[in-house]
Amino acid sequence: MKILVCISNVPDTTTKITFNSNNTEFNTSGVQFILNPYDELALARAIELTEGGKGSVTVVNVGLADTEPTIRKALAIGADDAIRVNAAPANAYFVAKQIAKIAKEGQYELILTGRESIDYNGAQTGAMIAEIMDIPSISIIKKLNIDANTATVEREIEGGKEVITVDYPFLASVSEGVAEPKIPNMRGIMSARTKPLQVLEAIAVDTLSSISSFEMPAARSTVKLISTNESAKLIEVLHSEAKVI
Amino acid sequence: MNVLVYIENISGKFKKSTYEVVSYAAAIAKQTGGTLTAVSIGNVDASTLAEIEKYGATKILNVQQDALSSFVNQAYASIISQAAKSVDATVVVLSNTFTGKGLAPRVAVKLAAGYVDGALELPTIQGNSFSVKRGAFSGKAFANVTLNSAIKVITLSPNAYQINDLGTTAIIEDFNPSTAANDFQTMVKEIIRASDKISLPDAELVVSGGRGLKGPENWGMIEELASLLGAATGCSKPVSDSGWRPHEEHVGQTGIAVAPNLYIAIGISGAIQHLAGVSASKVIVVINKDPEAPFFKVADYGIVGDAFEVVPQLIEAVKVLKAQA
Ligand SMILES: Cc1cc2nc3c(=O)[nH]c(=O)nc-3n(C[C@H](O)[C@H](O)[C@H](O)COP(=O)(O)OP(=O)(O)OC[C@H]3O[C@@H](n4cnc5c(N)ncnc54)[C@H](O)[C@@H]3O)c2cc1C
Ligand SMILES: Nc1ncnc2c1ncn2[C@@H]1O[C@H](COP(=O)(O)O)[C@@H](O)[C@H]1O
Repeated sequence: MKILVCISNVPDTTTKITFNSNNTEFNTSGVQFILNPYDELALARAIELTEGGKGSVTVVNVGLADTEPTIRKALAIGADDAIRVNAAPANAYFVAKQIAKIAKEGQYELILTGRESIDYNGAQTGAMIAEIMDIPSISIIKKLNIDANTATVEREIEGGKEVITVDYPFLASVSEGVAEPKIPNMRGIMSARTKPLQVLEAIAVDTLSSISSFEMPAARSTVKLISTNESAKLIEVLHSEAKVI
Repeated sequence: MNVLVYIENISGKFKKSTYEVVSYAAAIAKQTGGTLTAVSIGNVDASTLAEIEKYGATKILNVQQDALSSFVNQAYASIISQAAKSVDATVVVLSNTFTGKGLAPRVAVKLAAGYVDGALELPTIQGNSFSVKRGAFSGKAFANVTLNSAIKVITLSPNAYQINDLGTTAIIEDFNPSTAANDFQTMVKEIIRASDKISLPDAELVVSGGRGLKGPENWGMIEELASLLGAATGCSKPVSDSGWRPHEEHVGQTGIAVAPNLYIAIGISGAIQHLAGVSASKVIVVINKDPEAPFFKVADYGIVGDAFEVVPQLIEAVKVLKAQA
């Protein structure tokens, strides 16, 4: 089985978010970038599914050269090789167009993305790749098991889950439950330096959407404290003042 | 601009998020002087369909085929884009539910449309510029996204828009799209319902517990408070990781993002990754014995105290309130 895992390079979850240029640009100075946590789960599952010579795992990223530490991290965790499309990821459609081309040409049987990237939280890229390729996609899966011709996945729905079977090739976007993240070991870190990383130029894509500005949420008013021995008052206040119960 | 809204059903019933999205779409149609058409796919009976009409659609397209009784992503996306073309829609709106998130990107690609997911407000339209506000950086900021394409696809965040009864009537029409064998490559084998409890992603009230509750045996009071309030139950990640609660209840960056009217956090410290999933809540209540717990910084109301003392008092107070009502 040939698996392609799409990885994005995102600000660490604890990053303090600030903006530049009149709130039109995310300020990356001093920001630590990491492998998107959901992509880590996708990668971990892909490695499990191909262990013992049962296939290969390629990671792909659309990004400029500064994403290479994240790509090397994925190689250290256990991907066999990597592709970087040398372009700033303008929006999900741009990224999807690049990856769909690579996935088609490379004849991958299984394509995995994370459920969403934790920066812009679009949850768009995966299903767009599948639509461009005209293959099935299943979004937000919590389980992935494979057989020779068919895979079985569990998709999250409001208040439950669906068990779905699907033939290859297909795309799935993964969420918690699919696998536990893998921590790279020393051997992985050493070998990551010499594993193949191919750099490709991007194809041109129409800009269908762009972020015009950012805003910070209004500061919440300071907390109103209620003392423990008056706890019942909280319910009263929620009812008559906040009017939420 | 003509607007098409997809009215998602679960097992033949519409949910709150469906009414919200119809109201939102009706407002866009009004804002731009167009008409609103709704499209339903699957087995929804006529009387259920008719429940939608008062929210502003002039026409409801009904697609009923056995092959479509359970969700098939590709086929549904194809039908929605055919419906959009049939009514010359330039704006297509869906709910930002698990299903909507899987469908909308495909619809957008089919229609060569720019796409905004998780809209929080009506679009801002000025001349040719069309932009929509959404969350970014896991609730830490907002982004205004400008769509440059002729057709626009938007998904609406649950709990972000008020349902408005406009008292309108609609014609219900059968719609017969063409589908290809290639559109039916996924097969739903089984649907597992977590329980008949209120589901977390679309709950209006949430009572959530963290590691401060010490163990699963102490969740009785959380469940009691939640059920008295008609709230869903949630938890922090370590709680579900330890198996105290099911994974479906895990709120936060790597779990479920909620946007209820009220989020009550009990014995949860308020780590940034947890807050990422709750910051869209309208009112936040924090109960924690540590006055320095970071959660208090984003709370509207708080009690610094021991959950084992406070929660039973809250339960009694809710009972009193209900007795008065
Ligand atoms: C990449 C990444 C992703 C993550 N994603 C998530 C996520 O999605 N969701 C999530 O929740 N976490 C997530 N985490 C974990 C997060 O960082 C915190 O560790 C976690 O939220 C802490 O859970 P907690 O508040 O229940 O436990 P603790 O941090 O242990 O806090 C327990 C709290 O209970 C209080 N307390 C103790 N006893 C009592 C009592 N008797 N009465 C009242 N209060 C009491 C304490 O004062 C304390 O504030 C993530 C971490 C990482 C690194
Ligand atoms: N620049 C990128 N390069 C490669 N994969 C990406 C990129 N951006 C997003 N993805 C993939 O698409 C998923 C969803 O991202 P998004 O649509 O941005 O929320 C991520 O979890 C990644 O798997």
